[in-house]
Amino acid sequence: MSNPIAAPRPFPAAAHDKLADRQLRANLHRATHTIRDKRLRVVAELPDWQRLREAGSALKADAMSRLPDLLTQFEAAATGAGATVHWARDAAEACAVVADLVRAAGATEVVKVKSMATQEIGLNEALEAAGIAATETDLAELIVQLAEDTPSHILVPAIHYNRTQIRDLFRTRMAGAPADLTDDPPALAEAARRHLRAKFLSATVGISGANFAVAETGSLVVVESEGNGRMCLTLPQTLISVVGIEKVVPTFRDLEVFLQLLPRSSTGERMNPYTSIWTGVTPGDGPENVHIVLVDNGRTTTLADPVGRQALHCIRCSACLNVCPVYERVGGHAYGSVYPGPIGAILSPQLTGEGFNRTLPYASTLCGACYDACPVRINIPEVLVHLRQTGPHPRAERAGMRAMSWLMSDRRRYAAALRAARRGAAPLRLVARRAAKRRGSVPSEGDQRETVRRLPWPLSAWTASRDAPLPAGPTFREWWEKEHGRS
Amino acid sequence: MRIALFITCVNDLLFAQTGQAVVRILERLGHQVDFPAEQTCCGQMHANSGYRDEAIGLAERFVRTFQRYDAVVAPSGSCVAMVRESYPRLIGGAVPPVYELSELLVDVLGVTDLGARFPHRVTYHPTCHGLRMLRLGDRPLRLLRAVRDLELVELPGAEECCGFGGTFALKNADVSAAVLADKCAAVRRTGAEYVTAADNSCLMHIAGGLSRADSATKAIHYAEILAHE
Repeated sequence: MSNPIAAPRPFPAAAHDKLADRQLRANLHRATHTIRDKRLRVVAELPDWQRLREAGSALKADAMSRLPDLLTQFEAAATGAGATVHWARDAAEACAVVADLVRAAGATEVVKVKSMATQEIGLNEALEAAGIAATETDLAELIVQLAEDTPSHILVPAIHYNRTQIRDLFRTRMAGAPADLTDDPPALAEAARRHLRAKFLSATVGISGANFAVAETGSLVVVESEGNGRMCLTLPQTLISVVGIEKVVPTFRDLEVFLQLLPRSSTGERMNPYTSIWTGVTPGDGPENVHIVLVDNGRTTTLADPVGRQALHCIRCSACLNVCPVYERVGGHAYGSVYPGPIGAILSPQLTGEGFNRTLPYASTLCGACYDACPVRINIPEVLVHLRQTGPHPRAERAGMRAMSWLMSDRRRYAAALRAARRGAAPLRLVARRAAKRRGSVPSEGDQRETVRRLPWPLSAWTASRDAPLPAGPTFREWWEKEHGRS
Repeated sequence: MRIALFITCVNDLLFAQTGQAVVRILERLGHQVDFPAEQTCCGQMHANSGYRDEAIGLAERFVRTFQRYDAVVAPSGSCVAMVRESYPRLIGGAVPPVYELSELLVDVLGVTDLGARFPHRVTYHPTCHGLRMLRLGDRPLRLLRAVRDLELVELPGAEECCGFGGTFALKNADVSAAVLADKCAAVRRTGAEYVTAADNSCLMHIAGGLSRADSATKAIHYAEILAHE
């Protein structure tokens, strides 16, 4: 089975293919801009938004600095309240624990709450291999599951589909969908609701993730919009929650900060419709068997990096995806991980180490929109640059960078190099002038700037879609020396 | 006031006229401008591409070159952001007081009207580093609004990146070009004769896209507009 957080090929190649899909780009543009605008509106309502962000950041930094203690505190509190806590070093261990628990409950079907942790460990596929059918009950996750596709957004996993595509999918793949189903959103939601209702009522095992795990009380928290989560968390006899170890927050009161930051940043709502909080087992109310699987899967390694560890502060709101110029053009699948976009570009490579994920930190212009949008102030550009230090650095690029820094570390060498570059461009200027003449473009008066349409490798990557400027005349320092004398 | 000009490597080679404009503006205001010839590059390209050791060497050189000045001005938001935001993390210690041109003019020298005249329709692109790292805000716009006969038109989606990103433009050329296409379309919708910004790297990118599409809109650093009489 392929690793859901490891890119199967380099980002530039995957992005190249996605860029050709015009329907995808139109869907993404519309969806990201809609959520982006909603977020801006509700964030502007809070006068203390920046201070809330600082509080969120400080709380996460504190939690990460004493994670082992908080986790054992959480385990003790949850166990004391009647839950069973399991520990999993990696995806395979976590999947095996869950499959064993489902088998022990005597179930062959489970209903699922939307959860990134279960996506990360490839739980559905592992359960299927164990003969257990998992049904996603979040509407967008259901769409993705019916399409046998993978999520392309953390919050809106089916963002790459429009409603007509969803209608066609429901008609052909969803049991019980009416033959005359239209692409009217309420009609689509109603069809899904009827399909899911039967599953909720028959399932004996529910599987969830958690947005937060409270160390002080042993409580888990799930934040959602559709109410499907509430059904999965309360109806079945057995509830299994798969939780990344970084989800722990010290005290119940800390939720005050995060429950304000998360909905405004993710869906652009003041408050999400459903917040479920449960602490172990409450006899006579909800599941009788409550299991919590705490998953490491690369988080401890990430925690060891003093710069990179801030990626673990993420509360999975996906605001960074919606504002990212790269994500908006290529979509989530280009990143090859269930964690796409800016946060994915710093999280996936840290969780997996080697492989094509190492091309992800380069999938950013460092424009900083993600850092501005992040509700817990993860300095994503800083981590991107930090991760670029370990490469991969192509041999020619490394040689070029070293040569340039050698030239730039001596005034005379540098001035000579600039002069040489300017003179070397002279034949190109001639070519440019001839080409411009052929095109019939006459430079306007006073405009002596020549541009060139084709340059040799590696600058050919530039001129594939952009003209390049040529030096117009003397370099600045040549001009200065002439006008002001040597300084 | 002893003001040193940090020209930046891109401007030195390709956009000497921007540096000349900065010198003209400051001399017209009665200030003496120095150009320390020891200066080369701030190391931004090395740092952002993952070549930390090389960047450290260039950063230390920058600090040595400029440490004796009251103010250093550079016509590049991203190079100023590199020095101000990234040097402390990279090399620690004190960093020379570096200003992007509009910061120097508006905040330090307290001027917005430079007596310039530029009878053209112009749109302003607030580059990412100017917008989100230096928080230049409306400083460049205040300077442009004071220019005689200049018609300033708002750029739709102005706060969005142009897709340049330094070596990103080469390493992820396809994505870069896709982002650029939208920026160029926005520029063309304004009907402006000129698109201006605080960074020639971004302008070079936008101009490259406009020129490839045979658009008549030209790119110009706002310093050159402010120096125009």
